[in-house]
Amino acid sequence: MTKKHKIRVKKLRFDRGQIPVYLMLLPMLALAILPIMYIVFTAFKPIGELFAYPPQFITERPTWDNFRKLFEASENTVFPLSMYLFNSIVSTVSVVFLGMFIATASAYVLSKKRFRGRDLIFKLNNLSMMFVATAVSIPRYLIVKEVGLLDSFFANIIPMLAVPVTVFLLKQFVDQLPDALIESATIDGANDYQILFKIIMPLVKSALATTAILLFQNSWNSMEASNLFISTESLKTFAFYMNSLSVSGNGVAGVGMSAAAALLMFMPNVILFVIMQSRVMSTMAHSGIK
Amino acid sequence: MSAVNTLNKRRFENPFIKYSHIVLIAPFLVLFLVFIILPIIFAIGLSFTDFNAVETPSIVFFDNYIRIFSQDSIFMQKILPNTVLYAVIVGPGGYILAFAMAWLLSLLSKVPRTILAVTLYIPSMTAGVTVSTVWAVLFSGDRTGYLNSILLRLGLIQTPITWLQNADTLMPIMILVALWSSLGIGFLSMLSGILNVNPELYEAARLDGVKNRVQEAIYVTVPSIRPQMLFGAGMAIVNTFNSAGLGVQLSGSNPTPNYAGSLIVNHVDDFGFIRYEMGYAAALSVVLLVIIYGASQLAYKMFGDD
Repeated sequence: MTKKHKIRVKKLRFDRGQIPVYLMLLPMLALAILPIMYIVFTAFKPIGELFAYPPQFITERPTWDNFRKLFEASENTVFPLSMYLFNSIVSTVSVVFLGMFIATASAYVLSKKRFRGRDLIFKLNNLSMMFVATAVSIPRYLIVKEVGLLDSFFANIIPMLAVPVTVFLLKQFVDQLPDALIESATIDGANDYQILFKIIMPLVKSALATTAILLFQNSWNSMEASNLFISTESLKTFAFYMNSLSVSGNGVAGVGMSAAAALLMFMPNVILFVIMQSRVMSTMAHSGIK
Repeated sequence: MSAVNTLNKRRFENPFIKYSHIVLIAPFLVLFLVFIILPIIFAIGLSFTDFNAVETPSIVFFDNYIRIFSQDSIFMQKILPNTVLYAVIVGPGGYILAFAMAWLLSLLSKVPRTILAVTLYIPSMTAGVTVSTVWAVLFSGDRTGYLNSILLRLGLIQTPITWLQNADTLMPIMILVALWSSLGIGFLSMLSGILNVNPELYEAARLDGVKNRVQEAIYVTVPSIRPQMLFGAGMAIVNTFNSAGLGVQLSGSNPTPNYAGSLIVNHVDDFGFIRYEMGYAAALSVVLLVIIYGASQLAYKMFGDD
């Protein structure tokens, strides 16, 4: 309580000093927000405004035309937009839930269990935080082929599940939980699975929220599987479809459609982040464990 | 009661309970080894072979590496300098930008800080998807492109510039786009680190003669958030090399015009998936991995504990 009070006093004292801070933030804010606004405005532009010269930034008569065209254009083909969306939703939900479990379970073991090789695993994990999958796309392709995931829907899910950053973040949080907490649960007869689900997971909620966001972004935005591992069109994801749409470039009308698709693509990201972000902040503020 | 418990435990010896730590870490360990460690080992192994993806690889020892550094003039003259230039500006540049933004935000009160942090974070999660939609239109080469139409109207140029096909402008645009999307999870980590610095440290520093906010940042904030600084550095490295496909995405071709925007990642794809010279592509991958590893070691040296 006293700590909070002090921070507040500090902030109040420098209140006037905040104006230059806003001014310094302004260029980066503009750079961040303008392209996003461009997508939003363009997605709702009627065809006439898309053709306007000189190009206009702001939409005067917003319509749903681009979204309708986006869905209609794909309805005429064998592979409707809804199919790609469905694939993306199923694989992303799977990646988020399985990935959260896998990361928390290993973070718990790496943090609270003593066994040979533990430090080596954690060291390797930390080194791999800087792993960039695209750097080794060829061996990854060969491995996916060897384990029989080539041209399978699971190629969208399984290679995405082990994410070293999530293990690192969660371990940082589990480290802060006192060993006595787990010892007393063990004495009460709880096994590791019960400890993981009933004690660890509720206590590392904020790190879990962050993990969920990271896994969601990884999976939802990923084109690796659709580009390299999967050749059957009906197993590919929305990110892939969206990308092929903007690459094929259907002239000015295509600009509206691909903006609409981009909006569909990144809105779930933004919404999820905004929801989770408030949870992360409130968990941080009220977290009693230090 | 406890005697009964131990007795029961001994009698059942359910392996799932007894070896629970192995069961719990196994999924991660298997996936981690198969999809992260094994590809790296594979890349190293393949780099010593000649492999066209159909016939059995034949061992050529260091030929691929010798070829990279002595015969591949495109690699030495374009790809490597491009990669170094891009990595040096986007890596440390994006990192400093992320810290600066986090630090500025920490000076604001809670509500505006949260709103602005979310706003700044948004580009990092939309990056790959929006590249082609937004930036390609903004820098479109005909007169309807945003930048061209503005410059034409202002009379600064007479004919539209083909920004993304031009060897002089492609790289600066790639760097701009990469910096645009560089405020990711590392930025959030540094922000929360800064917010949790004990305010008493600032008071103490003031008594010790720290005069202004910038000195405060250098002498108090940065040393106090070393763990977050290290995490942020790691994420900056990932962001840098993950976004390395930008040149191809923006210009729409691999190789990029006159190789102006081609980085090692694109060169790997060029040889691996277009020319099917898998062994050579693997050697290029290894060179890239060494660069990434070197960068991460540098980060550990600067902010690590030991």
